[in-house]
Amino acid sequence: MSILLSSQSRVLVQGLTGREGTFHAEQMKAYGTNLVAGVSPGKGGSTHLGVPIFDTVADAKRETGADVSGIFVPAPFAADAIMEAAAAGIELIVCITEGIPLYDMVRARAFVEDAGVKLIGPNCPGLVTAGQAKVGIIPNHINHEGPVGIVSRSGTLTYEVIQGLSQAGVGQTTSVGIGGDPILGLSFQDVLRLFKEDPATHVVVMIGEIGGSDEEAAAESVIGRDFGKPVVGFISGRTAPPGKRMGHAGAIISGNTGTASSKVQALKRAGAEICDTIEEVVAAAGAAVDQPSSAAHR
Amino acid sequence: MKFLEYQVKERFRAAGIPVPDGRLARNPDEAALAAGALGSVVVKAQVPIGGRGKAGGIKLARTPVDAKRAAGEILGMTIKGYTVREVWCETAQEIVRELYLGLTLDRDARKPVLILSAQGGMDIEEVAQTRPDAIAKLHPDPWRGPLTFQVRDLIFRAGLGPLQAQLMPLVTKLYALGRTYDALTIEINPLALTRDGGLVAADGKLEIDENAMFRHKDLHGADESDEDPLEAEAKRRKLTYVRLDGSIGVIGNGAGLVMNTLDLVEREGGHAADFLDIGGGAKAEVVHSALELLASDPRVKGILINIFGGITRGDEVAHGIIDATRDLNLNVPLVVRMTGTREEEGRQLLREAGIPPEAGASAAARKIVELAAAGTTRPAAAS
Repeated sequence: MSILLSSQSRVLVQGLTGREGTFHAEQMKAYGTNLVAGVSPGKGGSTHLGVPIFDTVADAKRETGADVSGIFVPAPFAADAIMEAAAAGIELIVCITEGIPLYDMVRARAFVEDAGVKLIGPNCPGLVTAGQAKVGIIPNHINHEGPVGIVSRSGTLTYEVIQGLSQAGVGQTTSVGIGGDPILGLSFQDVLRLFKEDPATHVVVMIGEIGGSDEEAAAESVIGRDFGKPVVGFISGRTAPPGKRMGHAGAIISGNTGTASSKVQALKRAGAEICDTIEEVVAAAGAAVDQPSSAAHR
Repeated sequence: MKFLEYQVKERFRAAGIPVPDGRLARNPDEAALAAGALGSVVVKAQVPIGGRGKAGGIKLARTPVDAKRAAGEILGMTIKGYTVREVWCETAQEIVRELYLGLTLDRDARKPVLILSAQGGMDIEEVAQTRPDAIAKLHPDPWRGPLTFQVRDLIFRAGLGPLQAQLMPLVTKLYALGRTYDALTIEINPLALTRDGGLVAADGKLEIDENAMFRHKDLHGADESDEDPLEAEAKRRKLTYVRLDGSIGVIGNGAGLVMNTLDLVEREGGHAADFLDIGGGAKAEVVHSALELLASDPRVKGILINIFGGITRGDEVAHGIIDATRDLNLNVPLVVRMTGTREEEGRQLLREAGIPPEAGASAAARKIVELAAAGTTRPAAAS
């Protein structure tokens, strides 16, 4: 078991013939992902990386039964690509592209919601279900199968945690990077709810960062309410000064909202174990896996 | 991209939002001419930052002589790092009440939000904290925009029912303007109710989403070249850079990773001199450019590069580091931590170039803090 993505998922890539699309789709295939199609308007009828290319997502879905899409198209066209996938009935859309205008995303997000499908990202590393499938850019070799679910706002910090866990002999179910933009698809809450229901996930690692209040909301409405599994948390940006945008459009402390301490406090109140370094996260998650029952009642 | 007050007001006027008559002056004589034409004026420093009034950058002038003197005092002033090069001289208003009207993005609701308050003229975030009931909000559907009845409801909730007829078109126009310009923030504050009963935009703010600039190539905003020279240089190099107060130069890929690297440096007893994210998929030239920028900062006593490749490839980064160290003649210690996509190729290149990479982020942070501390004491001991 896992969440969102499995070896059964039929994956298409929008922007497959581009430079990034090609490189990362190759990696996805190498990981064992069931890549069934690519979409590149104007290149329909050709073949790339051994899969058929279609002009539209609707064509690709009809011909191949694709149910997951990874989006690698440039920012000015990415919101439209998301909506095209949603309109075609793709159930899980993963948008890797960064730099999408916020008003485009606000509209695309409303569109995705109306279509009743799931969006991960944008500006995210995607997700991997260890040993089964990957959509996005998380390096292949760091993932190992096991009982830990990971949800993170940061791309590269997600890799740190996965690698650390794997090196410590602690594997993962699914690792999900939800992205660093202010306007996102799935939130911490959404992904945590999925982990709660997943029998294979025994421990959840949550990597947050300064800015916004998604971590606080997840602490109050999900982790603090009979979550039933140990949650190990980490917040980056503790030393970041207020008012400065730390790279991610979302990572900014304004006034009293979005500070690391507010997030740490909220998560601790909800019963999560909060660590100061990634090394400590790895150790705590490993310990929680070894003693699931005692950790759950900490 | 930010805009100066007068640039915002030009757009307000074009969109049918009433603004006071005004003229731009680049020297005291032009300010005197403006006052001659307009009568009693307010002379306002044009800088892309708040707090002008408190800094003495806004003065009332009843006569051309007053205006000339006021402009002479304000021009050349430095307000929060920005030198005043222009003043906006506009007809003084007899204000009886100050309101607030703005549009921004509400990340929790994942929608745009229109904000209207009868308590304008001050920091709206402060009003939101101290008197949340004084603020009315409307989250328009991002496809339909605000509907007439929703706007009316917003106005009544703000307690501004008596001004309904004047406020209705203003709210709609401000929303349309914000959408047209991909505004992260567009606001009228204060929205002034004048003695004659009219509403006028006494001040305005507009900031455009950088991600949307490809749609607004013709726009020219405020010249922000007065900001920190390192930040300005970083912007020219298209690097995501934030200046901090310490002495350890930090470069990494990915915002979360770089923030965490700052935290690790702090944990090891050092202080970061910057936040510098080379982003996803960075090429060798970007790494070179980032190192060059930090090498130009005399405060930097050591540089830590932290790379965990996903979309970024280790060999690309290694080529950039090697080229930069060869070209720049770096005279501060450099520690590189590299892992992820193509890490073996990258690490091999670095080893061959005599820059043995670290595998762990904490160990790398510890090492650069130690090396930088040792490096800073050496010249002191020699002198």
